Amino acid sequence: MTAVLTVLFNGIAYGFLLFIMSVGLSVTLGMMNFVNLAQASFSMFGGYVMIMAMQWFGIPFLLTLPLVFIAIGLLSVIMERLVFRHFYNTDDLTQVLLTIGLVFMSIATATYFWGGTYQRIDMPPWLIGQREIFGLTLETYRIFLIAIGLAMALALILGLERTRFGAMVRACVDNRRVAGACGLNTGLIFALTFAVGGGLAGLGGALSANLLGLDPNFPLRYLVYLLIIVSVGGMGTISGTLIAGIALGVADVMGKYYFPQFGGFVIYVLTVLCMLWRPQGLMGRKA
Amino acid sequence: MSAFDSPEQRAASGTGYFASLSRWNIFEILFWLALAGLYFWPHADLVLMSQIFIWGLFAMSLDVLLGYRGIPSLGHAAFFGIGAYVAGYCGKFGWTEPISALVLAMLVAAGVGWLTGKLVQRVAGVALLMVTLGLNLILYDLVHRSTEITGGDDGLQGIVIDPVLGLFRFDIFGRTAFWYALIVTFVLFVATRAIIKSPFGLALTGARENSRRMIMLGAPVEGDVSRAFALAAALAGAAGALLTQTTQFVAPSSLSFQRSADVLVILIIGGAGRLYGGFIGALIFLFLRDWLAAISPVYWYFWIGLLLVLVVSFFRKGILPTIEDFYTRWRGRRGAP
Repeated sequence: MTAVLTVLFNGIAYGFLLFIMSVGLSVTLGMMNFVNLAQASFSMFGGYVMIMAMQWFGIPFLLTLPLVFIAIGLLSVIMERLVFRHFYNTDDLTQVLLTIGLVFMSIATATYFWGGTYQRIDMPPWLIGQREIFGLTLETYRIFLIAIGLAMALALILGLERTRFGAMVRACVDNRRVAGACGLNTGLIFALTFAVGGGLAGLGGALSANLLGLDPNFPLRYLVYLLIIVSVGGMGTISGTLIAGIALGVADVMGKYYFPQFGGFVIYVLTVLCMLWRPQGLMGRKA
Repeated sequence: MSAFDSPEQRAASGTGYFASLSRWNIFEILFWLALAGLYFWPHADLVLMSQIFIWGLFAMSLDVLLGYRGIPSLGHAAFFGIGAYVAGYCGKFGWTEPISALVLAMLVAAGVGWLTGKLVQRVAGVALLMVTLGLNLILYDLVHRSTEITGGDDGLQGIVIDPVLGLFRFDIFGRTAFWYALIVTFVLFVATRAIIKSPFGLALTGARENSRRMIMLGAPVEGDVSRAFALAAALAGAAGALLTQTTQFVAPSSLSFQRSADVLVILIIGGAGRLYGGFIGALIFLFLRDWLAAISPVYWYFWIGLLLVLVVSFFRKGILPTIEDFYTRWRGRRGAP
């Protein structure tokens, strides 16, 4: 029983991580209908920014996180202004190809600057080791991840439901043209949302480096997972992304633990069935 | 057909319209002669050339779906891999005659393609991308993990392929491979061209433009989706079988997501909806990859990515249609018909 609970716990921690990485993609997809696969590259760069800040400047781990958020948020808003906004009116496939091209470029860039090998990450001592909670021996870092992930999810849901900016974002998700006609500066809202989404992706990358490892192929390894979460959860819904992220995390960890011979098989089959059953995603509204 | 026929009159007499649609022009003939002529290029890399034909055929198969029916598939390598493995098992278990094995590979792939079409004919957009991607990943995972049956990462070993027609043995320089791949590709191209320029092909394009209106016209739009999938899968399966037969080897990479992405890139670079776009794209992509991998083995993917970004930014329709536009404008300016 404790073994099951421990595996479940690990899966949930992994799921929160996937949620943080993919929530920005989900919102930008739902809002601007823009398929930004480069989100996975933002995550990777987030990881590298964290490692540089820690190794070169000796900044403590916790302080690097806001730094990563700001740095990658800036990077993504620059990309949005320079490149992405010219592609809002093109079809899905053009956007997929544009951003996968950027992913290829980011992989080569990361190899150029940081080499092709896995990065060594030194976590602070208080995040290393295990703790006893309710009779379960749990890894401290995963507890930390769940705490951060919960706080993020809560902040995002409340921020979107209760704040003025959240209301503007929701208006843009529902109908961009009408929102613009009501006097909202949709371009500015897009750019800000892009910055927040990109920053979150970077944060997810920084948080994941310790658990998943960081090398230049990171974006390609997790791209498919991000896509699955966003489409299964339903584009533009935070709760859907959270549910799909945790479900995928749990299914993946449990599958690898109990049925290692099947590998990713279970996840892919579930994804295909889910998309055939509800093409708009679990929490998505009918298009 | 007389010179007085207006386009309307020709459209009214259906056969005349389709006859004019399917007439070969000088560029097409020159294109195929040039491909055959590559054989006589001094120091030609024949192995690379046969790769170009195989990738071109594979990209053309995606073009049937994407260019003519407007269905994007992120999992097209699945059909390629099915063809490759069918041909591989044939060679391994005694069915060593290449042409019949190729036909068998096409039939199996077409069957799977038809079923896939049945499965996805009601989904669209991102869901469609995810379903095709998911099916590709499922198949890859199965093949990758069933090490006893497929050899896993090591691939299928011990594939024997008889000489083509009992005369031409597959040699180490790739001479037979070159002609075999070129001729099979050409025959399948001619067949696909005939299908695309037929009423069925026109119905596909119609459904791409406006499927509701096609339903109102009485076209079997949903049935056509599975037929288009079957056709595309058969062609992709043939490309896969060609790869197996010319290299006497199959590995799981033949149905990896990487291959699905690459074929999409090739088609988009060349230009979708043109039949020739895939071949132009394959020529550019493979030559460039060969050249870049030689000069910068670690970073060549940067340049492929940059090429992709530039193509979708500035030649949004692909390279071939852009050239065609220039050509039409140039002719228009000279006052030619």
